[in-house]
Amino acid sequence: MCLAVPGRIVRIFADGELHMGTVAFGGVSKCVCLEHVPDAKVGDYVLVHVGFALARIDEQEARRVFEVLETLGGLEELEAT
Amino acid sequence: MKSLSDPPAAFSVSCPVSASRYDRIVLGHGSGGRLSADLVADVFLPAFTNPTLVALEDQATVHFAPTDRIAVTTDSFVVQPIFFPGGDIGRLAVHGTVNDLAVGGAKPLSLTAAFILEEGFEIEKLRRIVASMKAACEEAGVQIVAGDTKVVERGKGDSVFITTTGIGLLPHGSALSIASARAGDRVLVSGSMGDHGLAILSVREGLSFETALESDCAPLTGLVHLMMRGSSGIRCMRDPTRGGLSSALNEIAQASGVGIEISEEAVPVRTEVRGACELLGLDPFYAACEGRLVAVVAETDAGRVLDAMRAHPLGRAARDIGSVVTSHPRVVTVRTGVGGVRTLAMLAGEALPRIC
Amino acid sequence: MKFLDEYRDAESARRLIETIRQASSRRWVLMEVCGGQTHSIVKYGLDELLSDAVELVHGPGCPVCVTPLEIIDRALAIASRPDAILCTFGDMARVPGSRTDLLALRAQGADVRVVYSPLDAVEVAARHPDRRVVFFAIGFETTAPANAMSVDLARRRRLRNFSVLVSHVRVPPAIDAIVEAPDNRVQAFLGPGHVCTVLGTGEYSELAKRHGIPIAVTGFEPIDLLAGILAAVRQLEEGRAEMQNCYGRVVLDAGNQSAQNLVTSVFEVCDRKWRGIGSIPNSGYRLRDHLREHDAEVVFDVGAIDTAESAECISGLILRGLKKPHDCPAFGTRCTPTTPLGATMVSSEGACAAYYAYGRPPRAPGLRSLPLAGMPKAAESAPGRPS
Repeated sequence: MCLAVPGRIVRIFADGELHMGTVAFGGVSKCVCLEHVPDAKVGDYVLVHVGFALARIDEQEARRVFEVLETLGGLEELEAT
Repeated sequence: MKSLSDPPAAFSVSCPVSASRYDRIVLGHGSGGRLSADLVADVFLPAFTNPTLVALEDQATVHFAPTDRIAVTTDSFVVQPIFFPGGDIGRLAVHGTVNDLAVGGAKPLSLTAAFILEEGFEIEKLRRIVASMKAACEEAGVQIVAGDTKVVERGKGDSVFITTTGIGLLPHGSALSIASARAGDRVLVSGSMGDHGLAILSVREGLSFETALESDCAPLTGLVHLMMRGSSGIRCMRDPTRGGLSSALNEIAQASGVGIEISEEAVPVRTEVRGACELLGLDPFYAACEGRLVAVVAETDAGRVLDAMRAHPLGRAARDIGSVVTSHPRVVTVRTGVGGVRTLAMLAGEALPRIC
Repeated sequence: MKFLDEYRDAESARRLIETIRQASSRRWVLMEVCGGQTHSIVKYGLDELLSDAVELVHGPGCPVCVTPLEIIDRALAIASRPDAILCTFGDMARVPGSRTDLLALRAQGADVRVVYSPLDAVEVAARHPDRRVVFFAIGFETTAPANAMSVDLARRRRLRNFSVLVSHVRVPPAIDAIVEAPDNRVQAFLGPGHVCTVLGTGEYSELAKRHGIPIAVTGFEPIDLLAGILAAVRQLEEGRAEMQNCYGRVVLDAGNQSAQNLVTSVFEVCDRKWRGIGSIPNSGYRLRDHLREHDAEVVFDVGAIDTAESAECISGLILRGLKKPHDCPAFGTRCTPTTPLGATMVSSEGACAAYYAYGRPPRAPGLRSLPLAGMPKAAESAPGRPS
């Protein structure tokens, strides 16, 4: 369930009343609704599901699992603060 | 082309014809009378002109030496939209059939082209398609020696359907067969997978996305020639069209009674194709190609064949992607990047985008 | 592709798999809730790579699979109307109703269109004011904001010809139903990462506490799944039972407030029947009363729906994790993706479809003996294959 893909915002614009953006997924772009990520800027990565951005991707959190892997210590550190 | 009742002189191509007062196909263009003849003379003959065709006999005569064997293939083309990034239905109709001959090791010689036109189809678009076919024939080194035109009522045909039959010559001793793959053979691909399929999807209503991706539609004759020159170890080749890499490999596995294992990481896939597949929930291994081939080659010859491929513009990105195995006959498996193994089953029905 | 490729890294996966194997003192039973997680697990072969450390049981997280037969039959009846255009996600197009499916209907002349986004369906309605456009709005909570937006947009643009046929399901009541079943074997859950992206983790903390069962909120890529599995195994080994967020790059405890507000303004919670499971209280969404004119069940009177479920299909048992696809006598023989008896075979991330597509016993008997690259503890080995 819930196929959602990360993409990079390359453009932001309004379509009528809707806050929209063009998001690039490795070389192809699609029009995506950005209503639910109002603070996202061009260059940010967002998670997109059926044409809607549901969250901005936190780069610091994204590195977490790999930092933990390096130490291969306890994975309680993986819990988001 | 059956019912032309006037003597040939009446169809000289230098005579301007009244078909030009129509800008759309009407049912009369398919009736076999004056309008049909005009359409042929005005649209098809000038583009495909060659001595065999302009003779307008009911059949074409093709000459070849007694020791040659002929290869023959046929294909129908119904692609929508008819004009797409990187090509059109006409280009596809020529190269699709040329490639079916080429991957069998045959030198493509002549094509026939039958058109089913929908009433109301713009003749200007037909001219564009025909011009594209002319260019494709030149690129592939073939001629269209016979043809046919029918017209169906508006709503009963999707603008235009084209059927091409191709004849090619098989050199003496050539014995490629999809039943001849053996354990230890290597599996090679000539380039990136899925470009054509995703280029078509990118302009399909409801699923479209922006991309510079184009169809890879191209004739493989030159590439095959380079591969076969100086190598007797090619077991078979396949062009992965509908059903993509998966269908091509499964067909070989089935026919030869062997297993095939490929490495996911080794298969070239363009970034744009990956991105589009991630977005829509599709698998590039099922997406169509129209200018690529898969080859099964004896292990001893594989390196040489790969070098030959990379020397050709259509094979620069050629890769060795896997091998023929005994461990799971008739099953194709993929070793994933993380070390697991999964089966690559035949596509069941249409590949649809998913949300889940 | 950034934020995708790194989470498919072979070396990281190997290390996580090794760590999981070392961490587990026995074969724990974990359930991943989402069908997308099932799909990923089977596609990358993670269940086979971990088979001695963990048993992965597949959950009911396939909104396509659990959409009640009545609603599918209703969609089919609506699509058969000459003035209707039915827009649907690709997932639903081949799901069998009692007698046919949407693609077969299209072959008979119905106007059925596959769309990528609910907003595409709204566009269709705007372009065809003379037709009644219905969007088949399925999904878990992840898809609710998008489906809600389509209704909200139609209302604001006064597109009276647009309506939605709602089949939304909520995950927490399903987890309750699974854990509370007397024959439950599941000891920990991999929570639905994208649902939590929208709704946050509060409900799952609540579930973990109430049932005393670990829940690791997990993503969908191999590294994410392995990290979640490791977290769950560690909790089980240590006797803990908490919600642990292993997908922090997109999941916040509070979730996405803006999306939640939209969902609440358009939908309200209701009881919902799950195909193969039965009715689960408070497990669905329906349109709020003030949006009735956009509710396809109100707009279209299709008469009594007379459903006929296949007697052989055991989807329900599979969705509850009680049986595996190959336990079904029809699997791979009478039931295949081209001749499906039930939704779990035709939905792309139904467990049966995943098993069939990616090769699981008994269909491909040779597969179990394939060597698993680089795994020193792999029990099986095949003759002569270099890793």
